[in-house]
Amino acid sequence: MLTLQCPYCGVDAEETELQGGGEAHLKRFGPGSNDDDFEGYLFLRENQKGIHFERWRHAYGCGKWFLAARHTNTLEVFGTYPAQSTEPPQHIKDAISAKLPGWKWGNFS
Amino acid sequence: MSTRLAKGGRLIDSTKPLDFTFNGKRLKGYEGDSLASALLANDQMMVGRSFKYHRPRGIVASGAEEPNALVNLGTGGKFEPNQRVTTQELFDGLTATSQNHWPSLEFDIGAVNQLFARFLPAGFYYKMFIHPRPFWKHIYEPFIRQSAGLGKAPTEKDADTYEHFYFYCDVAVIGGGIAGLAAALEAGRSGARVLVMEQEAHWGGRAVVDGVMIDGEPAEQWIDNTLAELDAMENVTLRERMMGAGVYDHGYVLGYERLTDHDPKLAGPRHRLWRIRTKQIVTATGAIERPLSFAGNDIPGVMLAAAMRDYLVNYGVSVGDRTVVVTNNDDAYRTALALVDAGLVVPAIIDARPQGGGELMEEAIARGIRVEKGRGIAKVKGRARVTGVAICAQEGEGAVLAEIDCDAVAMSGGWSPVVHLWSHCGGKLNWDADQAMFRPDATRAPTGDKGQPFVITAGTANGHLYSAEVLVDGYTAGRTAAQAAGFTPAATEAAVGEDASQAPLLPIWLMPQGAGHALKSKAWLDFQNDVKVSDIQLAAREGYESVEHAKRYTTIGMATDQGKLSNINGLAILSQALDEAIPNVGTTTFRPPYTPISMGSIGGAARDELFQPIRKTPIQGWHDENGAVYEPVGQWRRPYTFTRGGESKHDAVKREILNTRNNVGLLDASTLGKIIVKGPDAGKFLDMLYTNMMSNLPVGKCRYGLMCSENGFLMDDGVVARIDEETWLCHTTTGGADRIHGWMEDWLQCEWWDWKVYTANVTEQYAQIAVVGPKGRQLLEKLGGMDVSKETLPFMQWADGVLGGFNARVYRISFSGELSYEIAVPASQGRAFWDALWSAGQEFGVMPYGTEGLHVMRAEKGFIMIGDETDGTVIPQDLNLGWAISKKKEDYLGKRAQERSHMADPNRWKLVGLETLDGSVLPDGSYAIAQGKNANGQRNTQGRVTSTYYSPTLGRGIAMGLVHNGPDRMGEVIEFNTTNGGTIKAKIVDPVFYDKEGAKQNV
Amino acid sequence: MRRYSVFAIAREALRYHTGWERAWRAPEPKKKYDAIIVGAGGHGLATAYYLGKNFGITNVAIIEKGWLGGGNTGRNTTIIRSNYLQDPSAAIYEKARSLYETMSQDLNYNVMFSPRGLIMLAQTEHEVRGYQRTAHANALQGVATEFISPQQVKELVPIINLEGPRYPVLGGLLQKRGGTARHDAVAWGYARACSDMGMDVIQKCEVTGVRTEGGKVVGVSTTKGDIDCDKLGIVVAGHTSVLAEMAGFRLPIESVALQALVSEPIKPCMDVVVMANTVHGYMSQSDKGEMVIGGGTDAFNNYTQRGSFHHIEETVRALNETFPIISRLKMLRQWGGIVDMTGDRSPIISKTPVDGIFVNCGWGTGGFKAIPGSGWAMAELMAKGHSPLAEEFHMYRFREGKFIDESVAAGVAH
Repeated sequence: MLTLQCPYCGVDAEETELQGGGEAHLKRFGPGSNDDDFEGYLFLRENQKGIHFERWRHAYGCGKWFLAARHTNTLEVFGTYPAQSTEPPQHIKDAISAKLPGWKWGNFS
Repeated sequence: MSTRLAKGGRLIDSTKPLDFTFNGKRLKGYEGDSLASALLANDQMMVGRSFKYHRPRGIVASGAEEPNALVNLGTGGKFEPNQRVTTQELFDGLTATSQNHWPSLEFDIGAVNQLFARFLPAGFYYKMFIHPRPFWKHIYEPFIRQSAGLGKAPTEKDADTYEHFYFYCDVAVIGGGIAGLAAALEAGRSGARVLVMEQEAHWGGRAVVDGVMIDGEPAEQWIDNTLAELDAMENVTLRERMMGAGVYDHGYVLGYERLTDHDPKLAGPRHRLWRIRTKQIVTATGAIERPLSFAGNDIPGVMLAAAMRDYLVNYGVSVGDRTVVVTNNDDAYRTALALVDAGLVVPAIIDARPQGGGELMEEAIARGIRVEKGRGIAKVKGRARVTGVAICAQEGEGAVLAEIDCDAVAMSGGWSPVVHLWSHCGGKLNWDADQAMFRPDATRAPTGDKGQPFVITAGTANGHLYSAEVLVDGYTAGRTAAQAAGFTPAATEAAVGEDASQAPLLPIWLMPQGAGHALKSKAWLDFQNDVKVSDIQLAAREGYESVEHAKRYTTIGMATDQGKLSNINGLAILSQALDEAIPNVGTTTFRPPYTPISMGSIGGAARDELFQPIRKTPIQGWHDENGAVYEPVGQWRRPYTFTRGGESKHDAVKREILNTRNNVGLLDASTLGKIIVKGPDAGKFLDMLYTNMMSNLPVGKCRYGLMCSENGFLMDDGVVARIDEETWLCHTTTGGADRIHGWMEDWLQCEWWDWKVYTANVTEQYAQIAVVGPKGRQLLEKLGGMDVSKETLPFMQWADGVLGGFNARVYRISFSGELSYEIAVPASQGRAFWDALWSAGQEFGVMPYGTEGLHVMRAEKGFIMIGDETDGTVIPQDLNLGWAISKKKEDYLGKRAQERSHMADPNRWKLVGLETLDGSVLPDGSYAIAQGKNANGQRNTQGRVTSTYYSPTLGRGIAMGLVHNGPDRMGEVIEFNTTNGGTIKAKIVDPVFYDKEGAKQNV
Repeated sequence: MRRYSVFAIAREALRYHTGWERAWRAPEPKKKYDAIIVGAGGHGLATAYYLGKNFGITNVAIIEKGWLGGGNTGRNTTIIRSNYLQDPSAAIYEKARSLYETMSQDLNYNVMFSPRGLIMLAQTEHEVRGYQRTAHANALQGVATEFISPQQVKELVPIINLEGPRYPVLGGLLQKRGGTARHDAVAWGYARACSDMGMDVIQKCEVTGVRTEGGKVVGVSTTKGDIDCDKLGIVVAGHTSVLAEMAGFRLPIESVALQALVSEPIKPCMDVVVMANTVHGYMSQSDKGEMVIGGGTDAFNNYTQRGSFHHIEETVRALNETFPIISRLKMLRQWGGIVDMTGDRSPIISKTPVDGIFVNCGWGTGGFKAIPGSGWAMAELMAKGHSPLAEEFHMYRFREGKFIDESVAAGVAH
């Protein structure tokens, strides 16, 4: 039973208030893109046993989407941040590095 | 015999007798009794039969760990199987029956299994019953099923109610013994919000029965004082009869409170499930005494030593007149002393340790009790009741040295800390070889959302067996937890406990250590599941070496006590068999709940009408009163049809359709999704969302649109109305409203967050009524107030106005092919507006129609239905909806996906109409068969039915379907299958069956 | 291998069962095998078994990080059915179901396959149509199912409540030869048979790397040293992404926790398996008498084998509603398993970008029932390079848009 802090309303939201939205920081590939890019965008997933950047919506709260950095095996949450982010904030990356030195996820490390 | 002593029993009130029955026998107990103590007081030693061999089973423990004494409790809607007599408080009128026997507890046919026990070792069923094949299902398995199971199945609906509580605290203390109370006291004094739960009705755990002294006074005094202090603290909540059932991630705890089990006459819910979110948890859950493994250790009358002491001190019940104590540690001496104090006979204490015990042994010897050091029990005599024991050298093979007559045996094999709650969420354990126990490893505690440890264990649960250590440990745990939760502990000191010093325990896993097969196959590890020492050894021999394999192969620890008594003993036997150290063999995983919790409590109040919320339109009251037959659609219930008199559903649907086509029908369309999309970039946004153009829709007009998933599949449709320059109103399907609104927000917040667009789901702000049929305009004109003529309000336009005094927005859209107005009014006026339409419509023959009429009429017109023509694998191109896909747009959601090879394949199945040759109705879901079979031997297919109805308008069956190259095969007859192997011929036709020119809707 | 039978038991009983041999050997790894299967769960063991039985390839090692059968094979709700809608699914699940029919005899190990019947309840009009469609599809696929009335449902399941206030039972899709089997026994039976063919089942051996040369697999690195192989099958369910990363490719997979629970055992009260997909719950009664209950998955990636309790609440609530008597039973134990979900919720049995590496994964919430069919197809694919049963389940179908979507018939894949 996770709790995640919604970065918009500041609430420590219960999992039951939230709606999961899968992997974060996907780059959309539209018409004209090649098959590899499109497959990578829509289907291929990091799915690490370790760090995971993911989307959540505070569906039964403020309604906002936000992003979280979470460990898939300890369930530690390294931080949450607005969905309007193209990469995780440095302080969250630092928090991950403290626990998972040398981590790599997609284009982030 | 077991009986009630003339005096003693600190928990019972002997002035308040209670009547109860066991197997129909009327028995007496006292207020304060447990069902176990009351049964023992009535000499009901044997209370059940074991699972596999149906051996007689007596009460072996005094708490939640009891594996044997489970009963069917109560009757009718209050019946409950598998209730532990040890945790059931006695109440007046209680009825209990024993389980797993036929015809009676005393004479059980199933006990014949014992004779064949030699042929039924662990895992025997994997090795036999293999031939002949049909015998497993028809003969062997039914027999095994019947002889397995324990309690009876309830036959009536639950007569009780349940509820859930939410609770937020800083420190949750699980366990109300002295460690838990000490922890709670410190946490409470720091100002933290504290919840303390105790599974039993009494506080203080074992301290009182064990005669512990605290701060120089009997433990009872300190317990009372502590409770009084805690009770006075506003920030502390105390709950007895509440078990910490499970610890989950991020500090989530389940509390299971039994409110009326001890007195079913009380009003209110039976159980309450607490959903607790806490910063820190202290598990002060005590320890469980282990049995010793000797031949006959399962015979009724053999009991855990501490349990026997509980019955004596708490309830004034003696289990036997002559009790032999057998032990490998000092604690059991307390039982011997208590028995002698009560005037009972202890013929001998069999101490497996060559040197015997410490202070307590000296006291026992001084009291004249015979102590046999370095001895063990070779076997217990008796069948349904202990009649004596044979003693032997512990280090030998079981040669009998002497026999002692007795009617009870108190055994103690040491203690196992209750580490379940510590372990539920990943807390790790260390093996303490000196005390022969697994103890929580504080450096590997469960970690929470910030990686912080959030469980602290304290007291006996932490492996401390002296009360002095227990109290300090509890004190420290309370302070540490408070601190971790952000509070400052007060300047206080720990209470000081004192009790007798003890000699070291000697781990004894088999008694005697050289026991041969005859003894080992009668030395029970799991009493309920009938797992013996020899079974574990067999598992090891056959290669089931992992502890999980051995557990599953023998079923040890899988009974209703989940191995509380058997797991460590079994593990030790396995490690010996493998010649590995115990910690290398490992433990099995601890899973919630700590002890079983009722399904009723898990469900909570959400039953019957409250099972799931029902969404109601403003008009639903009218439907209720007018014969609506509902169907669930999402969380709504929509009228399927409105039956009149004794009419069938089918006839009602037919009547509604014909009336709508000929006169006028009313449809409550309020459930349709209505989403406002507004802003400078709203048009651009909708162009991405819909496959067709919405940005160029003129104000005042309506346009049908399709939405695809990013995967290209059609997922929703509906009519979009342009309200003003910056505002569109998007209709969605009933089931799609919330999903589509969420979908819009997803893209706006996560992808195109720089676009200036706002959305609002206003589905419930409006009631929407479709007025459908050739007389619809007359009806509206009678209401008056708005010009609804073709000239002013043509097809696919909308207008705001006042209709019959109601503020209304009128859309000229049609899902039936008739002249049709969909009229939205504020939800609060929905019912009044419906009533106004209803009375104004009487002269035009108005009738309501339901979803089935809606479906049939749209099928007659060849309109697709999301969920029928689409199923998540269909793209708009399949449905000949290419006209609704903009060729001008560079992009829309799903466009790239539709470029993929399989989706662009010209050979996809496409939408057509279907007519049977004889006018009958094609079966729902039927497939069009093709020649031959595929590589896997499956019949090839070339299409399928997506919608099929009897059309009252046309007087025959009509259908829509997806057929391979269908639109190019008009007039061709193909065959559809039936489920009984037959086929039905149908002709491929245009899917628009009715009014192909659209003349009726465009008037 | 000494055969198991009632006579063997009788013989052993006379000598106190001291003569039983190991069910499977405990070998040290050899330097090289023709094929290595990573993962000694049901699917991995079945793959090895059919490599040997159908293709004579017995120089095979099955490598397991923990103990054999210790993953989802040992923690599922043991349901076996093949009433799937889409042709490729129906083919492989029906193959599996038919192999279950004779598995006890084939393996000489009683896996207790019990074709007690399975009903999927239709509780909305939409579901009625969906299951009627499935029944029609099944009729052409050689899968014996039928759509039955509420009264027939009641006859088969006397404890059911047909008239739930929210979701009345409108009928059901019955597969008479669906049922359950003893999950552990499936893994143990295969392991014993594999070991008997000379294959090495190597437990407590973790793969730490996949070794390739020139785009072709040459072996694996493990905690017991490097082991060479010509072909490598990755059959590790929830951990597939981890292995794929070692081999240098990504998969369309996410790992989530799926939960299940059992009640305390009671005397038999429900013979058939019932699935209520509208309310997200399903239940059967084991031979021990426990009501075995399955529910839904969490909405987040998770490798912990622990799920969130609110899913249990939802499942139990649904079943209290459907089977009112169970409200008075008690939940004995709940647990979770890590399942791997693909983009269309159907499995992947496929070649991979690395020559010689094959992957079998993505069984999501429905793997147990597929074990023998999955092993059969995977073995054929590894031995011959193609398999009709596996044909449509290749990993490139997502980029082609060729989905195998079972959710369409309102079905969920348990």
